Amino acid sequence: MAEKRIPRRDDDDDDDEGSLLSRLGTDSPKPRMKFGGMFCNVEGAYENKTLNFDSFSPGSVRRSNTGGDTESVSNFSSVTDPELRHRNQPNRGHTVVYPSRGHGGRRESDRLIIKGGKIVNDDQSFYADIYVEDGVIKQIGENLIVPSGVKTVDAYGHIVIPGGIDVNTSLQAPQLGMSPSDDFYHGTQAALAGGTTMIIDHVVPEPGSSLLGAYDQWRDIADKRSCCDYSLHVDITRWHEGLAEELETLVKDKGVNSFLLYMAYKDRYQSTDTQIYEAFGVLRDLGAIAQVHAENGDIVQEEQKKLLDIGITGPEGHILSHPEEVETEAVYRAITIAKQANCPLYITKVMSRSAADVIAKARKNGMVVFGEPIAAGLGADGSHYWSKNWAKAAAFVMSPPLSSDPSTPDYISSLLSCGDLQLTASAHSTFSTAQKAVGKDNFTFIPEGTNGVEERMSIVWDKAVVTGKMDENEFVAVTSTNAAKIFNMYPRKGRIAVGSDADLVIWNTKETRIFSAKSHNLTVEVNIFEGMECRGCPVVVISQGRIVLEDGNLNVTEGTGRFIPRKAFPDYVYKRIKARSRMADARGVPRGNYDGPVHDVISMTKSVPSTPTTRGGQCPGKGMTGPARNLHQSGFTLSGTQMDDHIPRRTAQRIVAPPGGRSNITSLS
Amino acid sequence: MERNCKCWNREDELPVYLAGPVTTGPSQRHKSYGMFSSVEGAFDSKTIELDSYAEGRKGGRASRSGSRERLLDDGFGGEARGSRVTSTSEREDPGPGVGVPSPAAQERAAARVNGESERLLIKGGRVVNDDQSCYADVYVEDGLIKQVGENLIVPGGVKVIEACGRMVIPGGIDVNTCFQKSYLGVSPVDDFYQGTKAALAGGTTMILDHVTPQPGDSLLEAFEKWQEAADRKSCCDYSLHVDIPQWHEGVKEELELLVQEKGINSFQVYMAYKDLFQMTDTELYEAFLFLKDVGAVVMVHAENGDLIAQEQSKILGMGITGPEGHPLSRPEELESEAVFRAITLGNRVNCPVYITKVMSKSAADTVAQARKKGCVVFGEPITASLATDGSHYWSKNWAKAAAYVTSPPLSPDPTTPDHLHTMLACGDLQVVGSAHCAFSTSQKAIGKDNFTLIPEGTNGVEERMGFVWDKAVAMGKMDENQFVAVTSTNAAKIFNLYPRKGRIAVGSDADIVIWEPEKIKTITAKLQQSAMDYNIFEGLECRGGPFLVVSQGKVVFEEGKLQVQQGTGRFIHRKPFPDYAYQRIKTRSMMTGRQGVNRGMYDGPVYDVPPTPKYITPAPSAKTSPTTHQPPPIRNLHQSNFSLSGAQADDNVPRRSGHRIVAPPGGRSNITSLG
Repeated sequence: MAEKRIPRRDDDDDDDEGSLLSRLGTDSPKPRMKFGGMFCNVEGAYENKTLNFDSFSPGSVRRSNTGGDTESVSNFSSVTDPELRHRNQPNRGHTVVYPSRGHGGRRESDRLIIKGGKIVNDDQSFYADIYVEDGVIKQIGENLIVPSGVKTVDAYGHIVIPGGIDVNTSLQAPQLGMSPSDDFYHGTQAALAGGTTMIIDHVVPEPGSSLLGAYDQWRDIADKRSCCDYSLHVDITRWHEGLAEELETLVKDKGVNSFLLYMAYKDRYQSTDTQIYEAFGVLRDLGAIAQVHAENGDIVQEEQKKLLDIGITGPEGHILSHPEEVETEAVYRAITIAKQANCPLYITKVMSRSAADVIAKARKNGMVVFGEPIAAGLGADGSHYWSKNWAKAAAFVMSPPLSSDPSTPDYISSLLSCGDLQLTASAHSTFSTAQKAVGKDNFTFIPEGTNGVEERMSIVWDKAVVTGKMDENEFVAVTSTNAAKIFNMYPRKGRIAVGSDADLVIWNTKETRIFSAKSHNLTVEVNIFEGMECRGCPVVVISQGRIVLEDGNLNVTEGTGRFIPRKAFPDYVYKRIKARSRMADARGVPRGNYDGPVHDVISMTKSVPSTPTTRGGQCPGKGMTGPARNLHQSGFTLSGTQMDDHIPRRTAQRIVAPPGGRSNITSLS
Repeated sequence: MERNCKCWNREDELPVYLAGPVTTGPSQRHKSYGMFSSVEGAFDSKTIELDSYAEGRKGGRASRSGSRERLLDDGFGGEARGSRVTSTSEREDPGPGVGVPSPAAQERAAARVNGESERLLIKGGRVVNDDQSCYADVYVEDGLIKQVGENLIVPGGVKVIEACGRMVIPGGIDVNTCFQKSYLGVSPVDDFYQGTKAALAGGTTMILDHVTPQPGDSLLEAFEKWQEAADRKSCCDYSLHVDIPQWHEGVKEELELLVQEKGINSFQVYMAYKDLFQMTDTELYEAFLFLKDVGAVVMVHAENGDLIAQEQSKILGMGITGPEGHPLSRPEELESEAVFRAITLGNRVNCPVYITKVMSKSAADTVAQARKKGCVVFGEPITASLATDGSHYWSKNWAKAAAYVTSPPLSPDPTTPDHLHTMLACGDLQVVGSAHCAFSTSQKAIGKDNFTLIPEGTNGVEERMGFVWDKAVAMGKMDENQFVAVTSTNAAKIFNLYPRKGRIAVGSDADIVIWEPEKIKTITAKLQQSAMDYNIFEGLECRGGPFLVVSQGKVVFEEGKLQVQQGTGRFIHRKPFPDYAYQRIKTRSMMTGRQGVNRGMYDGPVYDVPPTPKYITPAPSAKTSPTTHQPPPIRNLHQSNFSLSGAQADDNVPRRSGHRIVAPPGGRSNITSLG
């Protein structure tokens, strides 16, 4: 770390940020292929598109001029006079430096130039150099003018991709009171080693406890421990009307725009259909994304009982009690509920073929639904649950379980390639063998979770890109860009563009590595991908503009990760929802009053209340069903009125964006 | 029911529906097997023994058909066996099973002593069963089919009905009616008398009615109440489904009793009607498991009641109170979702599932898809969904709109009936019911200010057969055999009435319909048998209808005139484990034994966790009760448990302190009251 920083220390160069503009004198001997590749044969076609490369990459401007095009005179003129440019340095309006935070003092502003790589975004690939300063990408183009003393990273022969975003980790969520063996420090370290530069972790509050309290706790720990940028999902472990306020606070003030509901874990986290519907309604009004852990908890519990009764206690009981169709059913139900509530839906951990099919079909029917397969589901299958080695079998325990059908990984990667599934995550949540052994006599006590945060990118590359199912652009989309879009971090994350965060990975497409518990960066002693050979691995990983992985050496600092707040109403998700809610108004039929005879039921209405009370065979405590439902109804209308005024939401947006980070993004979008 | 099985045990009494094709005749009729029977005598030793009953060939009166070879061949064996058979009939057999007078048979015999023992010969018709059609005469005596074939020898003084080449089909079986189901204490206008009258007029000779006990009522008592009412009033044979309004351990005994002693083999459970009939998935699972063990068919009313309750309150909140609120609050997706869930449950439990009232395309598709995957699932569209659509809910006429209210609602998609017919024709759906549950307009008007109070149900028992013919057979989607299958035979098979019902064969009950394919009739409330003042098919033209209906061996409908007698309907016992539904299930449960993995004991280190049982909290989320309270003491245990466990994670100090922060005492208790 230290020796890397030293070369860039000379403060004289600070003024030299004129790097924004090109050095006039430089001419590369032969013109490189420019940004657009084959799709950009019209000069300047990108000029007034969203991402304005040219305005920041004078080298190319000059070059296109020589190409015989007379364009952007203003730009050109500004380029022509470097002296003037230097004088104008101090008020470069467009470069915004993130405010250094409390502990940020140790961080030096790194300046890097990445040379010779092929930049791969989700829409196109092109050859260009990247200049990074202050954790932000400042220039992209050829023959960049950069200040002296900038560290040069050689990317010849490799591709440069936006750092991966792992949208599903549980580095802190305890199970049965046990903390995962990989916490934020080890987990993010492993993420960076695998080319993932941002994680979104799940906040799992105890059922009934305050969401805000849990959120604060997670923030606290992650700020102290995390090595890369992070954001948080909040799980709704027990829904009730009172949560609506907390959710609003989280969305509007705390920068959380995604919440997970459980359809499984009966008697612990599971929500009923009614609760899910209500929650979806509230989340839609807030502009958040409803995530669902989709498994039918009722059936799972019954199956578990049955299996334990017939004496199956080992890890194979886990997969037997979580059959594929139970997952599929819940996915189908979640989609139905979401459709009723007109709420975007995000299915975490799509593990089986049929569940993936249901999602694909729902998308074809126009549903706004996203499916997230995970590294374990793409790289392994469920045959290991029958392993004779208890520790190995137990290591695979997670919910929904890996499918025992060996063709599943292949199928899921195909759906991922064709866009039916949108992004990959890891669902990383590791427990040591000793922790897993809590369930050695009863598989229902085995803490659930597998590793995957480190292996995710390589597995996708190996299974999908190397096999020819997807191209490098799609690879970027499913590992990073789509996640950024869905969770409203785009284009700050998930794209290599001027103004985006400098989370970059230089990816070696050829090199292979072998996953093993011996060599991975986790504390857990097993790796479910043990012995698997994968082509494609990161050579250099840059997080927040600093090199954290180079030459195989990981160089991270605990606590450097920043919390990335996310605004509500991500366009990628909510544009359609908004339009639909305008369209989908049910109307009544105006009729005259019915004036015919009416059968007299007054004497019978007495029998009506008797029916609900008798219903309570299983739940003796709830005699007063009638009033309870009234509460419900009133709650429903209340949320409706809140939704009516869009004004608070706008204020919320202002609050969400911290002055430093946000203004940067604003200028981009 | 036991009588039944005895009947078929004897070789002589095999369900022979057709006498051998003997006898020469001027015009050569189509013989038994059509094009697939190229090998002479290939069927001789098969299950259905034709020749043993072909006495007709001896007399050779009508002598109409037959190849010469066959004639010779039959000449021999016919002599020997024929004599035996004739002697049997000469014995003036008291019942169908020779010399096995079961109580039921005795009863019937007693009834016949009253001078109504009718002997009928249906001549010149084309007998259509679900597997084949052929020309044959049918001789009926004592309410049973005694002979099927040509040139039958019958005693003198037999009433002869000339079918004149019309189709002779097994009487229809309507598997879903509610003639007795009261709503808020209001009884349907069509009771067992009116309802079965209408059924007979439409060519349906047997109904299966739903016993709908209120939650908390005894199933047995409700069953007896229904049986009593039906015995008094019903004009045709009937059987009963029993609905399970709520699931608890106590129900099991009653169910077992009903299956073992009362002759019920089908029970309905509800996924809708929240806080009334609805069951949670756990309850459904347990119910399925139990019903599978007793060998019953599980019928499911498939709609997601939780969401319906939400949608209803939303729509009422928007100020929509008319009948259009009914389909708006029960969109198609909720039906298909519930169908999907029911099938998943059925598949997990390995239990046959029968979906009542398939009303929408997507629900039907879900059923079809599951069948393709090998699930044992049956789907029942109803008359209303096959003949009309849900556009009428938006009618300006409140009474008309309300008349269509049924659950699941008719789909507003006008292509639905067509789609359902196609799926019936190809076998993806199996049976047609009517869900006949008729409430008059004034009864429907209970819900004039709130659509959720409108009593649910439409008519359809009378129109059922006609519309299937009109929309499927007359359109060329379905052939006459499939028509018989979906209106009668499949139902008989699924509910274990076959071959007593649902087939024209020797030994079967004489529930016979002579079908007139070209008869055109305009449906109207004025001309119907039902007591309802509105007919949802009002004004629709329907081709095809019964020409003559024979129920229990008596002509009850002829030339548009109905001659029925209240209380003649018999309760038909049904045995559990119908082969049609359970054969596969049985095999599968033998095949799918689950085995664990034999491993040595795990002897590695085990993380120390405080006693875990505390962690499993009592159900916070029974599906139907969103407002269940959490007992506070348990919550407190929870908290202490939590922090303890934190203390045990020795290695990560910061994390541990974090745990304690998770549960601030103040916030916790605050939430508790809400959750």
